Amino acid sequence: MMTLAELDAIKAKLHSQMMLRKEESGTAETEGNGTYRKHVLVCGGTGCTSSGSMGIIKKLEEELKKNGIENEVKVVKTGCFGLCALGPIMIVYPEGSFYSMVKEENIPEIVSEHLVKGNVVERLLYSETVTENGIKSLNETNFYKKQHRVALRNCGVISPENIEEYIALDGYQALAKVLTQMTPDEVIQTVLDSGLRGRGGGGFPTGKKWQLARNLVKDADQKYVCCNADEGDPGAFMDRSVLEGDPHVVIEAMAIAGYAIGATQGYIYVRAEYPIAVERLRIAIGQAREYGLLGENILGTGFKFDLDLRLGAGAFVCGEETALMTSIEGNRGEPRPRPPFPAESGLFQKPTILNNVETYANIPQIILNGADWFASMGTEKSKGTKVFALGGKIHNTGLVEIPMGTTLREVIYEIGGGIPNGKAFKAAQTGGPSGGCIPAEHLDIPIDYDNLISIGSMMGSGGLIVMDENNCMVDIAKFFLEFTVDESCGKCTPCRIGTKRLYEMLEKITSGNATLEDLDKMEKLCYYIKNNSLCGLGQTAPNPVLSTLRYFKDEYLAHVVDKKCPAGVCQDLLTYKIDPDKCKGCTACARKCPVGAISGTVKEPHSIDTSKCIKCGACMATCKFGAIVKE
Amino acid sequence: MVNIKINGIEYSVEEGTTILEACRQNGIRIPTLCWLKDINAIGACRICVVEMSGARSLTAACVYPLSKFDEGKNILTHSPAVLESRKMTLQLLLSNHNMDCLACARSGNCELQALCKELGVDDSSYFEGAKNSFDIDRSSKHMYRDDNKCINCRRCVAVCEKNQGVGVIGANERGFNTEISCAFGMDLADTACVSCGQCITACPTGALSERDDTDKVWEALADPEKVVVVQAAPAVRASLGEAFGYPIGTSVEGKLAASLRRLGFDAVFDTNFGADLTIMEESNEFIDRMQNGGVLPMITSCSPGWIRFCEAYFPEFLPNLSSCKSPQQMAGAIIKTYWAKKKNIDPKNIVSVSVMPCTAKKFEIGRDDQSAAGVPDVDISITTRELVKMINKAGLRFTELPDEKFDSPLSEGSGAAVIFGATGGVMEAALRTAVWKLTGEAPDSPVEFNEVRGVEGIKFADYKVGDKTVKVAVVSGLANAKKLLNQVKNGEVDVQFIEVMACPGGCVNGGGQVIQPAEVRNFTDLRAERAKALYSLDSKRAVRKSHESPDIKEVYENFLGEPGSHIAHETLHTTYKASSLSK
Amino acid sequence: MAFKKSVVAFSQTPEQEQKLMEVINKEKGHKGALMPVLQQAQEIYGYLPIEVQTIIAEEMGIPLEKVYGVVTFYAQFSINPKGKYKISVCLGTACYVKGSGDVYNKLQEVLGINGGELTPDGLFSLDACRCIGACGLAPVMTINDDVYGRLKVDEVEGILAKYKE
Repeated sequence: MMTLAELDAIKAKLHSQMMLRKEESGTAETEGNGTYRKHVLVCGGTGCTSSGSMGIIKKLEEELKKNGIENEVKVVKTGCFGLCALGPIMIVYPEGSFYSMVKEENIPEIVSEHLVKGNVVERLLYSETVTENGIKSLNETNFYKKQHRVALRNCGVISPENIEEYIALDGYQALAKVLTQMTPDEVIQTVLDSGLRGRGGGGFPTGKKWQLARNLVKDADQKYVCCNADEGDPGAFMDRSVLEGDPHVVIEAMAIAGYAIGATQGYIYVRAEYPIAVERLRIAIGQAREYGLLGENILGTGFKFDLDLRLGAGAFVCGEETALMTSIEGNRGEPRPRPPFPAESGLFQKPTILNNVETYANIPQIILNGADWFASMGTEKSKGTKVFALGGKIHNTGLVEIPMGTTLREVIYEIGGGIPNGKAFKAAQTGGPSGGCIPAEHLDIPIDYDNLISIGSMMGSGGLIVMDENNCMVDIAKFFLEFTVDESCGKCTPCRIGTKRLYEMLEKITSGNATLEDLDKMEKLCYYIKNNSLCGLGQTAPNPVLSTLRYFKDEYLAHVVDKKCPAGVCQDLLTYKIDPDKCKGCTACARKCPVGAISGTVKEPHSIDTSKCIKCGACMATCKFGAIVKE
Repeated sequence: MVNIKINGIEYSVEEGTTILEACRQNGIRIPTLCWLKDINAIGACRICVVEMSGARSLTAACVYPLSKFDEGKNILTHSPAVLESRKMTLQLLLSNHNMDCLACARSGNCELQALCKELGVDDSSYFEGAKNSFDIDRSSKHMYRDDNKCINCRRCVAVCEKNQGVGVIGANERGFNTEISCAFGMDLADTACVSCGQCITACPTGALSERDDTDKVWEALADPEKVVVVQAAPAVRASLGEAFGYPIGTSVEGKLAASLRRLGFDAVFDTNFGADLTIMEESNEFIDRMQNGGVLPMITSCSPGWIRFCEAYFPEFLPNLSSCKSPQQMAGAIIKTYWAKKKNIDPKNIVSVSVMPCTAKKFEIGRDDQSAAGVPDVDISITTRELVKMINKAGLRFTELPDEKFDSPLSEGSGAAVIFGATGGVMEAALRTAVWKLTGEAPDSPVEFNEVRGVEGIKFADYKVGDKTVKVAVVSGLANAKKLLNQVKNGEVDVQFIEVMACPGGCVNGGGQVIQPAEVRNFTDLRAERAKALYSLDSKRAVRKSHESPDIKEVYENFLGEPGSHIAHETLHTTYKASSLSK
Repeated sequence: MAFKKSVVAFSQTPEQEQKLMEVINKEKGHKGALMPVLQQAQEIYGYLPIEVQTIIAEEMGIPLEKVYGVVTFYAQFSINPKGKYKISVCLGTACYVKGSGDVYNKLQEVLGINGGELTPDGLFSLDACRCIGACGLAPVMTINDDVYGRLKVDEVEGILAKYKE
């Protein structure tokens, strides 16, 4: 068992070290400690790992040894910094030099020049931080300056595999506070007052959920606290980043929730597709047990709470709360009807709360800083911040955390750096397969739960995919429906058969075979599925279709009436042609064509036999003169 | 109590009542497909949706329990949105259904078909698109599965797993590809399916149906070389009438005999005779085991579904099974031995048909060690439903038939025999004879043993017989049997005699009985109503104990000698073996 | 019904069997143990053929059909063996809008198999997967633990060649 004093001692011991990583603290604090003079933080999140950050770390350690400074410079493998597009990412503190897209061959130079001699290698820094007036702090860059990190506050700052670094930055202080200074009802009141709403999609008030679970069933012999880490929206990886970068924050928050509702056991249901997150959670749970922060008699208060991991096995529907519980119980992850709600009868028929990772990540800060502090951020009905995963046609793909109420335009153009290749913005998709597409006319709408719903989308878990003029909105709707059809559990009729029929109608449209009546029928089917499905997956499945129908009706009409795909995506509606003025007759395309549809004599303009053409696009990719066009 | 409005009219219902039940209590029927009371409440099909004030979407009435949070809410049961949604649900189901109504065994008795008519589905091809396509599984002796007609209501899955504790069929794959099938798509015949047929009576469509053996019967009847005899089980008379408009629980014993005769059978016997024989042999075996240290508890062996279950799931209890053949097989054995000899007919020329409330009987007739005369005891077993088909095909106007008697001598069943069809009936019948024997064969020994009657799944009773106490248990539904056997195994329950019937409520609710749609099943206890018909017949019988039956006396006198005699063993007893089918 | 037993004959080492029994015995007493057991069994055998599922069903007292129903519900479980090199192409939104569908089609063409299948030599199996979270690198595919980002269709053959050596 660990006492409060011991917890504080760990914090004090490491605090100054950790301050090194907060640029404003300078270097002074670390001197005389016999500790490291520099910390090199390398992102070990999935994004950067995929682009080779593990090799960077290895090389870095080798080079430090070679230069004999391995005891002066500490290498820390952290979670995600957010700017995944620039990975692998490496930051050197205390100066805060931000190296992006680092390659192994750059390491010797960085070590010998920067870490040994103190000369920052400007050439390898993230270009935006290098200005005429010297090197800009990372926090001043466009990507970071509008962000406000609450849920992500430790991501990219601490080593997620070292509980003491978490403790050093106030970790487990919130748990200590609730156990020693607050009643369960006070905890719930604080969460209620903060205005925190579920970050997993629906936006249900978190405090309300806890209150129901605490009060609805008086004589429950067991209650459960569950964490939904089955982040399944394609293009969303907020939760993964939290788990990879700051796993203890979830553990601490769940223990707080356990105290609040009267539960002693928790489960984290995490996607098996997130191996790094799973591994770090395992390590974190082990460490928390070892430090007495999970288990019996936590911090000597008599409070008992423990956690188990359950791995999802590839079923999107398990993000739905009842399906998730059915899955933990060892069954097909099929949702069950509500009521009874989980607060009354959830996991193993016991009162249960389920919150998602990002929701939990806010809890310790709310406890430590107070409900008012949290409620001061955001909009009237949506408090705090929200993490988004930026993806698609945008420069700075990655992870951002912004105060609620930030506009989409700020997110896309300022933080995200706008659309690449000078293309025009067409739509932003939020809420994944449950959400909708937001057109340019709504770029200035402040992002919050209610605003997004009012324009036919939803917050969802935070995926934000940007589309440009080259994306066909019918095709996008079809993509999401294909996903839903694939992920439907098959239990209820509207979702099992309805989404399939909806998908087939979209196929009919994109292949140029649909009529205007089909459009009406499709819309009717959409509303039917929304109204009749058993769970949230089905009830929201038509949203991508409905929102594109609402804002991009002209594109649907182009497919249906003119049999054209304006964005040039839907293969069946395209014809490839050779512009005779541009064609040099080089024959490259004819040689590349897999079906021999291109003919012509050398040095004469070629032509495509559209009856043979399979529209594979190989010719277009080959042509050096831009002579091949699709229309 | 919760105060709600249904279509604007105020009602007060008990908290916890579902919307569907609340409506039903107040005269409004909500259509259902997947809901089976106490068995399957999963809210999956969405036919029962209603509009509820304050709800974001429509609500499935079958699984929504009304609570204090619903105080004052208004429920619309036939608003345009509701009716339109129900219709669309049906159209979606049809879009993945082969719609082969004209050639379907369940045409006219199909819940999907009835709802389409009721909800005004006027375009069965409203939705087009890919359909799942399945091979029909005809591997089993008792049934076939045609997933092309399956609507994924999962009623069959629920009865198989929950009522019967078997679980060889279930939902596999997911999404549009979800199918109800066996593990790895294996044939039903390769699984430890017990052939009880409960899934068939639960199926709202023609996806599950008994194997139709009526052609074989017609063929035999048309063959001048063959002597075609028939026997009909006690429970058949308690359900057959339902197919011809009689209220549930009406006995049509006399018309049953009359219809069989008019179908052209050469002799029309009553399985009651076999039941009485079973009691003679089984009570004798029980007393023998009691007195001579045999394996106890002894467990009845009349129910072939139960036998298959025991062989697959509880082989350690095989020594406990009574070695008696079932009444069907006993009657069949006597027909081809004693009766054949008496009538001077070569048993090979007899085609012995049985009409049973049971699909497992189709399996039982092919079991090993069931051929007393060197040929199978029974040749063809048809269900009550197949008999209905034959009666209709032959153009018999059932309601207008006279009440007739079965042919003597293998017919005059006692009251004890007729109650075989209800759970507890075999036990009561056995007790009537065993207690009589154990208490010095007093003519006024007790007749009624009310403790073992009723539809509860597991019943216990102790009877003081002379200086001994006989402890008995009665279970119906194999999940209950599983529970009891585990208790016996763990020493938690001490009994000497157990009656097991595979089907919940016994044979009256057998897998071969007339199918009542869920709408009827959910609000009428078929088991209780049909059992009433049998107990009423029993109470009116002059002879109510098996050993008092004149036919029984005749057969023992002229052929078998004593119960348990060598010849009785050769003719009326059998053996069991553990099965290794996939569980 | 078509029997869906894997065409590859099943064999197991005594170590595998022993490991599976250890897993079952460790998990059996816990609530909801089936999923963890299946996940570990798949780690031991690489896939979940009928033989393995039957052991699990019998040892845990669960009908085989129920085990199979769970296995076929979750995309992660496979009743067929996977290739020595497991190729996954991300078809998440970010990758899709950047052309991962083309990469996937190219792989099917080059390998001569459909998604979900195994090449006859047992070398490669191909699957589509949902977002692996490397959206910054879209389009992405993985071969076992190797991640290939910012992929172009014409790089596919070269990458596969590395594994054929």
